[in-house]
Amino acid sequence: MREVRYRDALREAMAEEMRRDPTVVLMGEEVGHYQGAYKVTQGLLEEFGDQRVIDTPIAEAGFSGIAVGAAMTGLRPIVEFMTWNFSLVAFDQIVNNAAKMYQMSGGQLPVPVVFRGPNASARQVGSQHSHAVEPFYTNVPGLYVVYPSTPRDAKGLLKTAIRSDNPVVFLEGETLYNAKGEVPEEEELIPFGVARVAREGTDVTVVTWGRPYVTVMKVAEELAERGVSCEVIDPRTLRPLDHETIVESVKKTNRCVVVHEHWPYGGPGAEIVDRVQRDAFDYLDAPILRATNLDVPMPYAIELENEVIVTEARVREAIERVCYLD
Amino acid sequence: MATDELLPLYRQMLLIRRVEEEAARAYVQGKIGGFLHLYIGQEAIAVGTEAAIQKRDAVITTYRDHGFALARGMSARAVMAELFGRDTGCSRGLGGSMHMFDRENRFYGGHGIVGGHVAVGAGIAFRAKYLQQDDVTLCFFGEGATNIGGFHEGLSLAGLWKLPAVFVCENNLYSMGTPLVRSMPAKDLTDKAAGYSMARDRFDGHDVLHVRDRIREAVERARSGGGPTLVEILTYRFRGHSMSDPGKYRTSEEVEEKKRQHDPVRIARQGLLDAGTPEAELAAVDAGVEDEVRDAVRFADESPPPTLETMYDCVLAPEGGLDA
Repeated sequence: MREVRYRDALREAMAEEMRRDPTVVLMGEEVGHYQGAYKVTQGLLEEFGDQRVIDTPIAEAGFSGIAVGAAMTGLRPIVEFMTWNFSLVAFDQIVNNAAKMYQMSGGQLPVPVVFRGPNASARQVGSQHSHAVEPFYTNVPGLYVVYPSTPRDAKGLLKTAIRSDNPVVFLEGETLYNAKGEVPEEEELIPFGVARVAREGTDVTVVTWGRPYVTVMKVAEELAERGVSCEVIDPRTLRPLDHETIVESVKKTNRCVVVHEHWPYGGPGAEIVDRVQRDAFDYLDAPILRATNLDVPMPYAIELENEVIVTEARVREAIERVCYLD
Repeated sequence: MATDELLPLYRQMLLIRRVEEEAARAYVQGKIGGFLHLYIGQEAIAVGTEAAIQKRDAVITTYRDHGFALARGMSARAVMAELFGRDTGCSRGLGGSMHMFDRENRFYGGHGIVGGHVAVGAGIAFRAKYLQQDDVTLCFFGEGATNIGGFHEGLSLAGLWKLPAVFVCENNLYSMGTPLVRSMPAKDLTDKAAGYSMARDRFDGHDVLHVRDRIREAVERARSGGGPTLVEILTYRFRGHSMSDPGKYRTSEEVEEKKRQHDPVRIARQGLLDAGTPEAELAAVDAGVEDEVRDAVRFADESPPPTLETMYDCVLAPEGGLDA
């Protein structure tokens, strides 16, 4: 199978869907003439023109609201946030309008809109530019929250998101854009709510998504050499969450570690722990542990940042502890 | 003046007035919960602007939305049933007073966050421009909304992209309970239009035909590609901000004076009488409205609440297009 970078896989998904459906429009800051702050939208202006690839002023609340209004009356907008940090000034549009319109209207007005962009730490950009926003949005019924970790999932999930009749929060790993991986030539739509078993194993279930997925896969490889067999599960969509796949895996391995980049207080990480303890309580041989970013605003200094972002050491330590190897 | 033009507008305003008076009564009886923001005193705006637009045009407004719902063509039954939280309400009892919607009549709510719907209104207009459809979006808000960021971003983008929209501020003077002089540096809020390179207009909103005739210019400008207009219509709400408003920010003399001078329903009725409409004809219209309102209350009273199944079904839309 051919190898494609994560950012190119995302662009392929958008280009294919824009060719397929003339109601799909893309808007955001620097998506057109600048070719995208992270080059995800490179070349789209040339192919689709400025009626469909729309540079916006720096006005997230404004263009997010415009996307909602356009979506509820017949278009399928894709909104690119330069980073998800900036979605916080559009939080009202996403939470109060996109997520509630179908409900408030008693089912009259679906809102087929995709909000997408890079999420989580980007290395030494400080506390305001390093949010992992998934806890903010997974809390909201009426939204899908998608977070691909590989190029193949990025493409297949984004195509599903664009065709969805509901608002989708599509989170891209900021430090995954250059990651390469196999992506099929033929069309592939990956359904929401179906986790992927990224690595089969027998001793411990490790659930992870986003950039920490890379960390976990590396640690799992090392631990295999020491005779510890990790089963790695990538939920791919955090809302809806495929907890059946996770619970079935824990029933087999009897141990579970959840690894994520968002802060440890609540969020999908804690949600997964709750569901596993509830549905696999009698199968657990150890408390469920989490390896997460530290509970502080992101520091600038590289030595500190390297400690705050969930480290290989913390992942290894958590796995060893649930396996009683420490 | 042509009485055949004014008579249906009078009837529509009276219907709004009477639906809301009965809603206020039902609220006191405990049949309506939560917030209830009455439109009483402002009816000429919803009805006058409706008379200037087409059914294919779109309307979106704030939580003070019952008048617009009715003006767009929603039945009194659907309005009252929604207020009562019934399954037969326009939003199936899930929205309530602040969230009335009517897709068929192109009424897009009913929004509870001040200023939050302004960009959504611009988005409805964006769709028209993108699809080269010739409908116009009327986006209404109160003067209190003109201070918040959502308003500025919505108008800024609408001005930039010359969207076919009319942004109408219903200036009822007191935000919730703070007079304009203490909440806004600008004396004339249409001054803000200059910042968005947008046309502007400002007029009194108590005479329904005047509202209809004045708003036409902005609607035609939008429809013919001339871009959006910021319109300020001066009005007055006769009731509190909501049912829980003690009204201490204005005197009862002021309110009574406004009711005497500026009641749009009374002005229209007098206009019809002055033009020679027989009192008996108006009485028949009034009686018809009474029947309609009584029927709406009975309908709401007798309707069932929404089910849990409806509640869950209306969180996410069914996915129809994934394989299409």
